[in-house]
Amino acid sequence: MALTFADRRHKWDVKLSPFGFVSPYFLIFGVFGLFPLLYTAFVSLQKRNLLDAEGARFIGFGNYEQLLFHDPYFWNAMGNTVSLWLLTTIPQILFALGIAHLLNRRLRGRTLFRMGMILPNITSVAAVTIIFAQLFGRDFGLVNWVLSWFGGGHVDWQAGTASSHTAIAAMVVWRWTGYHALIFLASMQAIPSTMYEAATLDGARGWQQFWRITVPLLRPQIIFSTVIATTGNMRLLAEPLLFNPGTAAATGGSDRQFQTAALYLYEQGFTKYDFGYSSAIALILAVATMLVAGLSYLVTRRIQTD
Amino acid sequence: MRPKTTNRRIRLIAGAVCAGLAAVTALSACGGGDAGGGGKIKLSLGLFGNFGYTDLIKEYQAAHPDIEITERTASYSDHHKNLAAHLATGGGAADIEAIDTGYVAQFKATPDKFVDLTTVGGDKLKDRWLGWKWSASLAKGGQQIGYGTDVGGLAICYRRDLLQNAGLPADREAVSALWPTWQAFFDTGKRFQAKAPTGVKWMDGGPTVLNAIFGQAPTGYYDQSDKLVVDSNPALRAGWDQVVDAVKANLSAGLLYSTPTWNTGFTQGQFATVTCPAWMMTKIKDQAPDTSGKWDVATVPGGGGNWGGSYLTIPKQGKHTKEAAELAAWLTAPEQQAKVFTSQGLLPSTPSLYDDPKITGYTNPFFNNAPVGKLFTDAAKKLNPQYQGPKAGDVQTEFGNAMQRVEQGKQDGAAAWQQLVGDVAKLQS
Repeated sequence: MALTFADRRHKWDVKLSPFGFVSPYFLIFGVFGLFPLLYTAFVSLQKRNLLDAEGARFIGFGNYEQLLFHDPYFWNAMGNTVSLWLLTTIPQILFALGIAHLLNRRLRGRTLFRMGMILPNITSVAAVTIIFAQLFGRDFGLVNWVLSWFGGGHVDWQAGTASSHTAIAAMVVWRWTGYHALIFLASMQAIPSTMYEAATLDGARGWQQFWRITVPLLRPQIIFSTVIATTGNMRLLAEPLLFNPGTAAATGGSDRQFQTAALYLYEQGFTKYDFGYSSAIALILAVATMLVAGLSYLVTRRIQTD
Repeated sequence: MRPKTTNRRIRLIAGAVCAGLAAVTALSACGGGDAGGGGKIKLSLGLFGNFGYTDLIKEYQAAHPDIEITERTASYSDHHKNLAAHLATGGGAADIEAIDTGYVAQFKATPDKFVDLTTVGGDKLKDRWLGWKWSASLAKGGQQIGYGTDVGGLAICYRRDLLQNAGLPADREAVSALWPTWQAFFDTGKRFQAKAPTGVKWMDGGPTVLNAIFGQAPTGYYDQSDKLVVDSNPALRAGWDQVVDAVKANLSAGLLYSTPTWNTGFTQGQFATVTCPAWMMTKIKDQAPDTSGKWDVATVPGGGGNWGGSYLTIPKQGKHTKEAAELAAWLTAPEQQAKVFTSQGLLPSTPSLYDDPKITGYTNPFFNNAPVGKLFTDAAKKLNPQYQGPKAGDVQTEFGNAMQRVEQGKQDGAAAWQQLVGDVAKLQS
């Protein structure tokens, strides 16, 4: 029996419509994801001034060679990025676990506290950074004032490497801990109470229950949070940029002591106008992000589920 | 004009994100285009710091009912970075964009991005400006990319009360006589520091003083052929060593200009003197209004010199370049510059005003009625223009960082200089 046109149309409909329905995603991804990526890769092979696209010239892997083998400032920036990644990701996840655990208990005004958790995250990053930069001020900062009660308090937070990293990490941790805590809290509530009851019968106490039951059961969420925090911290820009405003903001301190890789990219692209070089940094940073995210995935995956 | 570090950080981030997006995706969806709604021609002004144009804009709109003008202000370095990004992507720039002396050489290297003002009547206006001001924004091919606004000039602003407490004279004639040279300035500083209360230093920071000393040298960072001469220009090294010595003598509050901590320094009275181009007076007044009457203005050691001063340019990508050029010409006309001088203290770049009694007779009540009109026009007449190379602004930033390394105790003067020379060399390519 021959197919009528209506039948055939129905067949096409079944076959093709799904593609039609998902196509907006691919179109948007193509325009905002894939194309910029490929274009960046293309530009990274050029010697190109931001203001002078016509004068661009193809130099192959010259930018990469320069970056990887002849540019100590790039490695300085990568080092700072990794240092800040460690200083932010680990405390972030640990604090979030603790806070989620506290909020998971019965306490007065629970919803209020839970809502409060997300507040730092929805605050403008610029506003947060400006306020933190004031708190960590050398002469009139609140942190130094508090430290002065204990006989300290003359820390020039921006001048040192460790001190500036601490201050920036404090901003990031403050901003993101609540976000991760809410994710952990949601999954904690899904853990059946029978598990804890059984553990109690077996004689397991609070901390034991937390490390032996709660944390292992949260493994997928911890992996998710760690990877998210990692990718976020690898492209840390606003905090170090605004921690040292003024004309020299892009260098991340007088001796680049807190210049992250993303900030170095910004400096090369938008201060020195070296568009090709900064594109190469962008691609290397993307690869590094994948590596570090993979690494943190492997580490968190080792959380035992015994 | 130099930055008034505004609280518009949010705009900074938006700008940075926009610039990044636009650069990466070659889209230009960010920033202020004008859709010409309501039948009015909309013109935008991209500024940094305080140009004192708000009243002038009202005046212009009243005279031109078909034109609507908006100002947007960012901090000094953000403004110039955003402008570069907007020019690169071909969209998003304001109809009129201000450019500082430190950056004008860099932008005039790509004159095709700007309207050549000589083609829209600028050639007839040429005589308005100081000769060097006109040529500083003139591209190699003869295109004029900008109309001059103010010039920096140089003076020293000082706190009368702090000097007096330290047993130094407070009267401006006597104070000026204290420092015919920079060496005398630092020696006076040592006398001051011996009696100063804790937390109060002689000067705000090394970088500001460096900029003033460098501004007086016949040659700055570049020679006339745009070659960087930082390591071979003896004037720079001599000035550097002098300021390093002053920092070692504990005269500096260690603050980097146009940062929030520097701004706080004004309100907290952390330093007794600051190098004072005309635009700095506006900055002090905006930043520490409570210190009115405590400040005064003395002459700068070594006479003359210039730091800062700006231009108004018309990016070609604008929709109403003709109207924008007319507005820019009006804003920089001598009459308007005179108004900006008396309201904001920005020193005109139009020499016809330098003998105008309205200008020379002007005293600033905030600065203890200092005769700033006379003081700055005298300075402007003595001013030896210095050639500004392509990346003068960035070299200045590197000098600021290097001096900070000394002030923060991270390096000694020689090591900081050595690193500086390497950093500056990278700017040449």
